[in-house]
Amino acid sequence: MKLHEYQSKEIFRQHNIPIPEGVLCTTPEDAVTAVHGFEGAAIKAQVLVGGRGKAGGIAIATPENAGEIAAQIMGLTIKGLPVKKVLVEQKVDIKQEFYLSIAFDRNSRRPLLIASASGGVDIEEVARISPYLIHKESIDPYSGPEPDQLMRIAKNLGLDSALLSTIIKNLYLIYDELDCTLVEINPLVLTIDRDLIALDAKINVDDNALFRQKGMQELYEKNLADLEPLEVEAKKLGMSYVALEGSIGCIVNGAGLALATLDMITHSGGSAANFMDVRGGADAFHVGRAVAITASNPNTKVLLINMFGGLTLCDEIAEGIKSNLQKLDIPVVIRLTGTNQEKGWKILEGANVTVAQSTADAARIAVEMAL
Amino acid sequence: MSILVDRDTRLIVQGITGHVGTFETRLMLQAGTRIVGGVTPGKGGRTVEGVPVFNTVQECMDSTNANTSIIFVPPPFAAGAIHEAADSGIDLIVCITEGVPVKDMVRVFRNIEGKDVKLVGPNCPGITTPGQARVGIMPDSIFMPGSVGVVSRSGTLTYEVVDALSKNGIGQSTCVGIGGDPLIGTSFIDTLEMFQDDPETSAMVLIGEIGGTAEQEAAEYIRAHVTKPVVGYVVGISAPAGKTMGHAGAIISGGGGTAKEKIQALEAAGVAVARSPEDVAGKIIGLI
Repeated sequence: MKLHEYQSKEIFRQHNIPIPEGVLCTTPEDAVTAVHGFEGAAIKAQVLVGGRGKAGGIAIATPENAGEIAAQIMGLTIKGLPVKKVLVEQKVDIKQEFYLSIAFDRNSRRPLLIASASGGVDIEEVARISPYLIHKESIDPYSGPEPDQLMRIAKNLGLDSALLSTIIKNLYLIYDELDCTLVEINPLVLTIDRDLIALDAKINVDDNALFRQKGMQELYEKNLADLEPLEVEAKKLGMSYVALEGSIGCIVNGAGLALATLDMITHSGGSAANFMDVRGGADAFHVGRAVAITASNPNTKVLLINMFGGLTLCDEIAEGIKSNLQKLDIPVVIRLTGTNQEKGWKILEGANVTVAQSTADAARIAVEMAL
Repeated sequence: MSILVDRDTRLIVQGITGHVGTFETRLMLQAGTRIVGGVTPGKGGRTVEGVPVFNTVQECMDSTNANTSIIFVPPPFAAGAIHEAADSGIDLIVCITEGVPVKDMVRVFRNIEGKDVKLVGPNCPGITTPGQARVGIMPDSIFMPGSVGVVSRSGTLTYEVVDALSKNGIGQSTCVGIGGDPLIGTSFIDTLEMFQDDPETSAMVLIGEIGGTAEQEAAEYIRAHVTKPVVGYVVGISAPAGKTMGHAGAIISGGGGTAKEKIQALEAAGVAVARSPEDVAGKIIGLI
């Protein structure tokens, strides 16, 4: 789960990581009032996707142009998500920008601290072009960051060790206590007055740990309103849905098979309208809901259902599909194999669907129908 | 003719009294697996499907001489179950549970560092050696004994590939589902090494997906150490960046972990990369 910047900064504030003064606004008028309260201010779109800067979601405003800029940003839709909130923040006089983050590392299977004197830019880009500017420290989960690691990072960044160490220790505390998968400050800025301030804040929390993170669970529920509605609906049913740009709606059991189905649509010259994994134990009810969710995407011209029955029984799936067919006005291609497949096929006999024998066949037929 | 599990596997089922644990115990027994005991705290003394239940892994180990454990414990308690099994001196732990918090797994890996125990998973379908043992949830009907080793990050996609192999008369030595989480116990490399050393495995199939760099590292390893033919299959060429695609570990982040770079790395290492499960079978036939 991604947190909004303003939510992440509130957590930073509670953990004594300095942040700029700011006000969360939900209307352009409020934003204008907030800008008037500061000498100069940044207006920052609060959306739960990356890349808002490139999409024009961040701008510096003066009291004179605040109305125009606020209206512009609040009129944006960034990667399908409308901007409903902005954070208006006191402008900071920057001397230098740094990068700081803690995330779990797949290879060492430990938390990894990453720091760079090249902050405020895309860190992946820095890692690719000038890897020597990236400093990494692997953290022992039993003890947290060690004093020698903190000193090394401060030295590499050319920063005061005491000042930086406090920030890193507090950042690790957040990471550890709140079951985060990522805590990131980009940029961490050194001001003209030689203070360190987190100009941006990003926190991702482990969805799997929400059961023991009451505060985060509350934020999760609150943030559902700021996500793609179909993704949220699927999530509530324990299914996984991702909207894509194409025209073939997909319903598959299993993430790997769902990805394979998308690829075969691409190989056949088409493109998928969504990714949908109904998970292993899907029953008639869940498959039925999946059909409704997928078909409600206006871009969907054909529905492709691809199921491998292991734990999931083919006759159950067939029932789930059949009872939803009447409501559909788009063609349906089904590939059903595995446990009880004959029973499943029998249920679908006479129904207005095209039955395919393999994933590749199903993809090819669906692509032809979508033309 | 296998790796990790075989006729000599003496299995413990942790979480045996739960709905899934009981159901899967029945199927594993039907597949011929030797299940010597089950563990559920507070439920010792009963039997499930004829298998004696113990309160702790240690009690179970003391009375049964088990060497492998499979975990069907709910996510909040799964890491605790792994710690318990690891501390009991068992050789192999297979964790099926999906949704174990990352922080818990980080501590599990810290705990088993330097210990002589293998962990497969979490969030995996387990391991099947056809005709000998099923330690997991893979449907038995699709398998056929043979000499192709299969290793995969996925569940149903693996079944598709195995099904295609069997339908083309190609049997499997062992099929290992290493799991779809970002942090897993046994890697592609660990499994390839075991297949390379297994005299009964003559070729391998590696099934990967977007996210991380495990396939690239596997490619490096294959180039340097694997002499048996390998067919690769990587899915997610059409996946967008920054979105988790079903599996917690299947995410292209910061432009890294795309299917394209994985396929390129495997091809550069001499791996024949297939475009569909049927194509995996075709490529294997071409190589052996």
